[in-house]
Amino acid sequence: MAIDIDTARKVAKLARIRVEEGDLPALAGKLSGILGFMEQLNEVDVTGVEPMTSVTPMRLKRRADVVTDGDIQAQVLKNAPDAREGFFAVPKVVE
Amino acid sequence: MSANTWTIAAARDALRKGEITAVDLTMSCLTAIDAGDGLNAFVHKTPEIALEQARAADARIAGGDAPAMCGIPLGIKDLFCTKGVPSQAASNILKGFKPEYESTVTSKLFEAGSVMLGKLNMDEFAMGSSNETSAYGNAVNPWQRKGSNVQLTPGGSSGGSAAAVAADLCLAATGTDTGGSIRQPAAFTGIVGIKPTYGRVSRWGVVAFASSLDQAGPMTKTVRDAAIMLQAMAGHDPKDSTSADIPVPDFEAALTGDIRGRVIGIPREYRMDGMPAEIEALWAKGVEMMRDAGATVRDISLPHTKYALPAYYVIAPAEASSNLARYDGVRYGHRAKLAAGDGITEMYEKTRAEGFGPEVQRRIMVGTYVLSAGFYDAYYNRARKVRALIKRDFDLAFADGIDAILTPATPSAAFGLGEMSDADPIQMYLNDVFTVTVNLAGLPGIAVPVGLDAQGLPLGLQLIGRPWDEASLLNHAHVLESRAGFVAKAEKWW
Repeated sequence: MAIDIDTARKVAKLARIRVEEGDLPALAGKLSGILGFMEQLNEVDVTGVEPMTSVTPMRLKRRADVVTDGDIQAQVLKNAPDAREGFFAVPKVVE
Repeated sequence: MSANTWTIAAARDALRKGEITAVDLTMSCLTAIDAGDGLNAFVHKTPEIALEQARAADARIAGGDAPAMCGIPLGIKDLFCTKGVPSQAASNILKGFKPEYESTVTSKLFEAGSVMLGKLNMDEFAMGSSNETSAYGNAVNPWQRKGSNVQLTPGGSSGGSAAAVAADLCLAATGTDTGGSIRQPAAFTGIVGIKPTYGRVSRWGVVAFASSLDQAGPMTKTVRDAAIMLQAMAGHDPKDSTSADIPVPDFEAALTGDIRGRVIGIPREYRMDGMPAEIEALWAKGVEMMRDAGATVRDISLPHTKYALPAYYVIAPAEASSNLARYDGVRYGHRAKLAAGDGITEMYEKTRAEGFGPEVQRRIMVGTYVLSAGFYDAYYNRARKVRALIKRDFDLAFADGIDAILTPATPSAAFGLGEMSDADPIQMYLNDVFTVTVNLAGLPGIAVPVGLDAQGLPLGLQLIGRPWDEASLLNHAHVLESRAGFVAKAEKWW
């Protein structure tokens, strides 16, 4: 399936990656090539096959639903590009 | 021979006998690392940490408490979060990121007394097969073609790890493998690399690429070293719900060298069209070695092999697009400078456009597309069904009495840096053709150096084992290694 420029623009938007308008045709071409390669999967008869959810049949471990750590605000914020007054700071979200 | 060239096993024995100190061993590696800058393998050096850990290791050894990995100097792939030390997955989006925590694998290695020399180059977010997508620039293979000084790729994504071990900058290194990222670079540099069974080694604190495929493992000079180091890395971790709560056997004790009566499968689908004659010959040589050692060799069929790469390149980008959504410029890493009036969406879009390299962007977008409404069933669900069939192929072979499967590790020897730059992304993906099935099926796989090609470059074979049976797999690999007698080293040019 070929990806057109509109689809490439939409995918970039969904992925939250800015792509300049002039770069969209090249991107669409590359994505089309990769998706074309995946088309081979259509040759496989998958009737009655369940999609794999876990490569080893194991039940995920459970633990008690209790607080196991906390009081590490400084550590949590340590790497933030912009932290103020104990919070992550971002551009205004709500008018 | 200078101590940085030693194996883990030799260093362990010398340390215990008091023939060398961990500090001297570490110093010899630090010296080699400084002389090896031309390989661009170590991208963050940590000599202070290394010497402090080495002194602590010497004290432990003096006290008679010396686990096998105590005092062993290692390189750590940049994908592992190491406390207070830059850990940026070779991406600009994590520039300056210093984790406040230690990955489980590095914690376990440090608890065992290992020494961290620094962080190693890799493809950005482990996405690549040549180490050319790294924000640090290319890592360089210590091997060169006979009579040529063309710089070659060490493979990827664990290219820095492979180059560092092959050039004796460290005794061993950690790697990670999502589609072949331990085994392909190991084969390109003439070293040993094992990807354990999915769930054998904790993924906690390893920057995630594709969570259902990622697995960490050791990259070493010998199979014995792989057994020793895997022992220290493996085991259940409550912080990784997919890590298996099953006992870890003694891997080194499994290296008996006896594989008489074992059944080795040779999958006919791995005989690819256009496969170089040298790879074909190497494979045939490997078959003979296993037969000589008393194993039974049997042709087998893994009929869905051909669909492994396309299935992988749906599943891995899908998982990556989800995992990499966390890099949004809010909590850590890079944030783009914003223009007046830019809101949060512009912040996300500009940050991710600036921070991610082209291959990572492409994979995120492919993943976004195959998971988007209307295409989820056609691509993602179909790929997961094909994955189930690929795993079933292996299940049937093992149920039929096959103990291990022997294949080539890579479709070629190491290629030149930049040689693939104009190629289609698919051409680069073909590097993983022999390794990717193993990740999709969650199996253990190991690359072992077996010979040199006509140009003097190392070539490796891969052995694939039953799930959770790394012990037998390592023993098979040990036999292959001893029969192959690969001792060649790259001639020093750096």
